Amino acid sequence: MGKRTFSLGGVHPHDNKISRECRIEPLALAPTVYISVAQHIGAPSVPCVAPGDKVKVGQVIAQPGGFVSAFIHSSVSGTVKSVGPRADLAGRPFTHIEIAVEGDEWMEEIDRTDTLVTEIPADNKAIIEKIRLAGIVGLGGATFPTHVKLSPPPGSKCERVIINGCECEPYLTSDYRVLLEKGEQVVVGAAILKQVMGNVPCTIAIEENKPEAIAHIREVIAKLGYAGIEVMEMKMMYPQGGEKQLIDAVMRRQVGSGALPISVGAVVQNVGTALAVYEAVQKNKPLIDNTITVTGECFPKQANLLVRVGTPLRYIIDSLGGVPEEAVKVISGGPMMGRAVANLDSATLKGTGAILFLTEKQTRRAPETNCIRCGKCADACPMGLEPFLLQKLSRAKDTEALEANAAQDCIECGCCLYSCPAHIPLLDHIRVGKGFVMSAIRARAAAAKAAAEAAKK
Amino acid sequence: MTNTIIWTIAIITVLGVVLALVLYLVAKKFKVEEDPRIDEVEKVMPGANCGGCGFAGCRAFAEAAVKAPNLDNNFCPVGGNDVMAKVAAILGYEVKAKAPQVAVVRCNGTCEARPRVNEYDGFSSCFVKANLYTGDTGCSYGCLGCGDCVGACQFGALSMDPATGLPVVDETKCTACGACVKACPKRVIELRPKGPRGMREYVSCVNKEKGPVAKKACANACIGCGLCAKTCTHEAITVDANLAYIDPAKCKLCRECEAVCPTGAIHGVNFPKPLDKDAVKARINERKKKAAEAKAVETKKED
Repeated sequence: MGKRTFSLGGVHPHDNKISRECRIEPLALAPTVYISVAQHIGAPSVPCVAPGDKVKVGQVIAQPGGFVSAFIHSSVSGTVKSVGPRADLAGRPFTHIEIAVEGDEWMEEIDRTDTLVTEIPADNKAIIEKIRLAGIVGLGGATFPTHVKLSPPPGSKCERVIINGCECEPYLTSDYRVLLEKGEQVVVGAAILKQVMGNVPCTIAIEENKPEAIAHIREVIAKLGYAGIEVMEMKMMYPQGGEKQLIDAVMRRQVGSGALPISVGAVVQNVGTALAVYEAVQKNKPLIDNTITVTGECFPKQANLLVRVGTPLRYIIDSLGGVPEEAVKVISGGPMMGRAVANLDSATLKGTGAILFLTEKQTRRAPETNCIRCGKCADACPMGLEPFLLQKLSRAKDTEALEANAAQDCIECGCCLYSCPAHIPLLDHIRVGKGFVMSAIRARAAAAKAAAEAAKK
Repeated sequence: MTNTIIWTIAIITVLGVVLALVLYLVAKKFKVEEDPRIDEVEKVMPGANCGGCGFAGCRAFAEAAVKAPNLDNNFCPVGGNDVMAKVAAILGYEVKAKAPQVAVVRCNGTCEARPRVNEYDGFSSCFVKANLYTGDTGCSYGCLGCGDCVGACQFGALSMDPATGLPVVDETKCTACGACVKACPKRVIELRPKGPRGMREYVSCVNKEKGPVAKKACANACIGCGLCAKTCTHEAITVDANLAYIDPAKCKLCRECEAVCPTGAIHGVNFPKPLDKDAVKARINERKKKAAEAKAVETKKED
């Protein structure tokens, strides 16, 4: 049997993993950190500290603001300076908690030793509660609160846990380094997730361009002796790391429009999330840091850094020698799905995976020409959409037609834009159109809710 | 041969008469009663079909106007008072004359005043840009400069000034249909009364940040200092959320606010003479002095 990949669309960008040999190094603490309360999908958290409060590493500084929300912990020890709006990487003001760093004092219950704890506690409910209290969110990019994902709605049953180690985005190497250097912890984390979901089989999916990681994880699984965890070598294809694409690739099942992966019996967690789960359950360590790749052809000091949440981007970049001269664009995330940073003073979030520098030549867009109806975008779309049509509808602001053509299913992977020979900014428009549809759906839901409440009265 | 022709003509004639009769009866039976005034009203409309009145074109406006109990909520901004007077005459309604309006761009963040802090490389549309981030300047409230308003204007009244990067309104062409107001994602454009002989005062800024932040982002920003509101003797100026606003209905065009504004955010246009700031300031000081003296006299009397 050949290596598996998803069945629809996809593109082959050059993987450019130039920072793959850089070991994960902890970054020195910044003098001040700014921790956002909107670090996850769902309701923003509610700050529970006031200016002047002393906090330790791992102390809760914001409570969840709803069911789909997460705890936020201080990533440093020091004094809370302010709680107020600060521009995020797009320049939009969000509430941030500013903490002046003093020393590095951790909460007592956190186990900071390197010893590997392989014994998994038996109480699944307690494990999920621990994950919730640790504020863990999906670190693959979408930052969906993990405890919500691990509590499937009644009636749905998980049949397989997939640990996503594809890292299909070009340039990014943080998951690869985590697999190599913290493979044991990831495998224990996978075993925990597997147990929580009812001892279903578990697949760790890794793309073929990371043979060392595949071999290493296979070795670790054999050494630790967990049953039912296997490594699947995936064919290289972007966007394999997309949740729905990975389920298709591994389980040959398709998640319906608007449905969650659990509807086909899958739970997908990123490698970084598995590591965070291990640290939370076995070491009592909340999610306060994550691995960030700092890379780019024009950037001389490639690095994979262990960065505390809330570290300003400028501090990270300056500690590696500053923004290179040839760089014209700084991207948070990978080149395909990442977002351009408009504000270098913004701070890292739990889900920040990379800082990428691109040169003028790499990033400059070619002038847009007319659509020649070649259909390359439709061929490339992993969700089976018609980007050429969606962008037209989006320009016409036709929300009804956009919804009928499933603009809301777009995962914003950028395959259409990547493959368009006419250089039409397809994704820019589809993203706007998706916004129209999502707000229409939200408005409908709110109206239905209001009507239901009125009917009750 | 002759027979055939005669028969043909006869049959066709009879058939025609019968069908005409049927059509006549059907038309009589199913006639849609339409107010003849709709056509009359439509005839006097400008026919731009711009939608500035809030209806889908001039015909829809005419239908709505005929149905409406009065004309308070129906106004054609393009035709203005002349057209509305004609409409009122047809329908037998009274119509209050409305002050003619004009689109005003309330942002003066020129390239020099508002330095670019990053470069936008995406699709050139304010709408797309506003969806992505706060913009390529430090000001997250002001004009994004991609010209969505220019594209929305059907009358060719808007153009981008390459020197300032801001849209410019051609007052002679602007019909105040409001298409640009709707097109601007930042709500920078406002419809304001044209004012006597086109003279009007307005705050050319929509930045609601606190003073230092606004000033840092743009040298021409309103910093919400409230000096204008304190100076105004007509209670025309309100300062809300660090932003001054001049109520055109109350403004008496004395230009005192313009003279005292420390950042030059208040603009007076179409005045016959340029503003002599020092003279106006002297006038304000004199008035204050007199008021203080009067107050002193009063307190003395009370003592």
